[in-house]
Amino acid sequence: MSTTTATTPVVVKGTAVPGNKVDARLHRGVGRWFVLAAAGLFALAMLAPFVIMAMNAFKSSADYSQNGPLSLPTAFYTDGLVNFWNRTQFPLKLLNSIMISGLVAVFGTFLSLITAYAIGIGRVKGRVWIIAVFLIANMLPQEAIIYPLFTMANAVGLSNSQWSVIIIFTVIQSAFGIYLLSSVLSTFPVELLEAAALDGAGRFRILWSVVYPILRPTLGVLMVFFFIWTWNEFFIPLVMLTSNATQTVPIALASLQGDRMMDAPTTNAGALVSLLPALLFFLIFQRTLTRGVTAGAVK
Amino acid sequence: MATTDTTTRRRATWVPYLPYLIPGALAFLLVIGYPLVMNVYYSLFKWKGGLAPMRWYGLGNYADLLADEAFWTSFRNSISMVVAMVVVPTVIGLVLAAVLFDYLGRRFGARVASVLRATYYLPQILPVAVAGVVWNWILNAQDGAVNVILTNLGVTDPPDWLGNPQLAMPSVMLVLIWVQIGYPVVIFMAALQRVDPELYEAAELDGANWWARLRAITLPQIKPETFVVTLTCTVAALKVFAPVYVLTRGGPEGTTLVPSYYSFLNFFDKSKVGYGAAVATVLTIVIIIVATVILQFQARAERREREGR
Repeated sequence: MSTTTATTPVVVKGTAVPGNKVDARLHRGVGRWFVLAAAGLFALAMLAPFVIMAMNAFKSSADYSQNGPLSLPTAFYTDGLVNFWNRTQFPLKLLNSIMISGLVAVFGTFLSLITAYAIGIGRVKGRVWIIAVFLIANMLPQEAIIYPLFTMANAVGLSNSQWSVIIIFTVIQSAFGIYLLSSVLSTFPVELLEAAALDGAGRFRILWSVVYPILRPTLGVLMVFFFIWTWNEFFIPLVMLTSNATQTVPIALASLQGDRMMDAPTTNAGALVSLLPALLFFLIFQRTLTRGVTAGAVK
Repeated sequence: MATTDTTTRRRATWVPYLPYLIPGALAFLLVIGYPLVMNVYYSLFKWKGGLAPMRWYGLGNYADLLADEAFWTSFRNSISMVVAMVVVPTVIGLVLAAVLFDYLGRRFGARVASVLRATYYLPQILPVAVAGVVWNWILNAQDGAVNVILTNLGVTDPPDWLGNPQLAMPSVMLVLIWVQIGYPVVIFMAALQRVDPELYEAAELDGANWWARLRAITLPQIKPETFVVTLTCTVAALKVFAPVYVLTRGGPEGTTLVPSYYSFLNFFDKSKVGYGAAVATVLTIVIIIVATVILQFQARAERREREGR
């Protein structure tokens, strides 16, 4: 999984909480309002940084230095946004991020599928050990492979190239995908496979016309995970992508830090547009997420 | 397992699947296996990187690590990271999940519970580097939002949250708790949906209060998820890099240095590649040991449970 908060983006909305019809008996008492208020306050505290960010993203520099970070903007200024947009060549960064994350999502899911096909359905000998190796690969700190990867990329002419990052993350992400899909496929209905084999379908046909269609929702979820994880990655892109033309969105934002020309509105506008793509993507694919994986967290 | 007849038949069935394993195997050897071995190899040399000559140093880098105060500090700080990314979020997440599911959800409806859950989860979606940049500004000593609030409240000399050696680590920990908390909440709430509601109803009829139900039903029922959260978050805490990079760069005075950042520093800043490789190797070993211990612990807990029944 990813470097820092290697956490699974799990379903947030959509699934109702079952067995939780509001119970008439419980609809009285004052205590419940205190609990709600406490939970609500906590939610506000969690939201506060986002609110402050949005408040300062559209201020003018003068407004900020005069009224500080806590006032509402006196007028709607987009100078910070424009400043950030131009200084980082944001469209280019966006394109890099989309290309890297998108291709990793596709390649990683494909690699996970064919490898898990051999493990889960082929029941290759020693599969327990193979899965253990993938699990360990998933837990490795990226520092333990970065310098050799850096040297290798230089040796084959992929230094400062998005392709080096795409190849690396395809493998790193599929470590999780193989683990997940292997356990899903090991419970795949045998009758389906046998029926297809009786009809004369070969292994390749079975993979594409029997296994793949049934697995499609899970593969969709996997692609969403891979996309978001790769989008949020920091360490490997920071090391591998050294020029303005190849960097991703998070690196662009972080590398402007400490720049004298970066006033607070620019920083906040930059943070705001840097988090929007991930947020949008997440909202769009939320339904895919709710449908597909409950298998992700616990086998 | 079975007669020789079936084993030979089995072998015949799995061998044709091997071609599907080959691309994955090659990719892993190339991108993870070989670099991992090379990293250990580098750690046996004194090397400035690039075209500079490599000088054999044996286990010298590791011996130097033992005497290196910064190295020990970085691993001590890993404990703080585990507190901020595992212990606190898991405990708070458990309470929040139980409150949302078992209390608020039933009194105010599922909608309220899922809106609150989504809010807690929000920081998890944004790139952690972005979170760090925003917090860096919020905690800024001069014009950060926190200190402006404090000044407005009449505090004359508000602290330098990220620049003061005593405060930097607690500040970083606070940010990490904020980032991390949504993950256990969401996982635990999903876990609670597995629990049979009749268990709760029966306990309530027996007069068990909320706290008693939490201890007697919720905690034992969601043990598997607790292990998963503990394992994934502990590994993430030991690997943490980006928040430290954007918040403090390991400073002030190395008080927020973590192993991954220390090895990065040696690789690309101090040009001590062999030394950085040694730090990364030690970190890898520590992570594998910690993960194994947690997995063993889980296996033993599961066994005990089966035998108890």
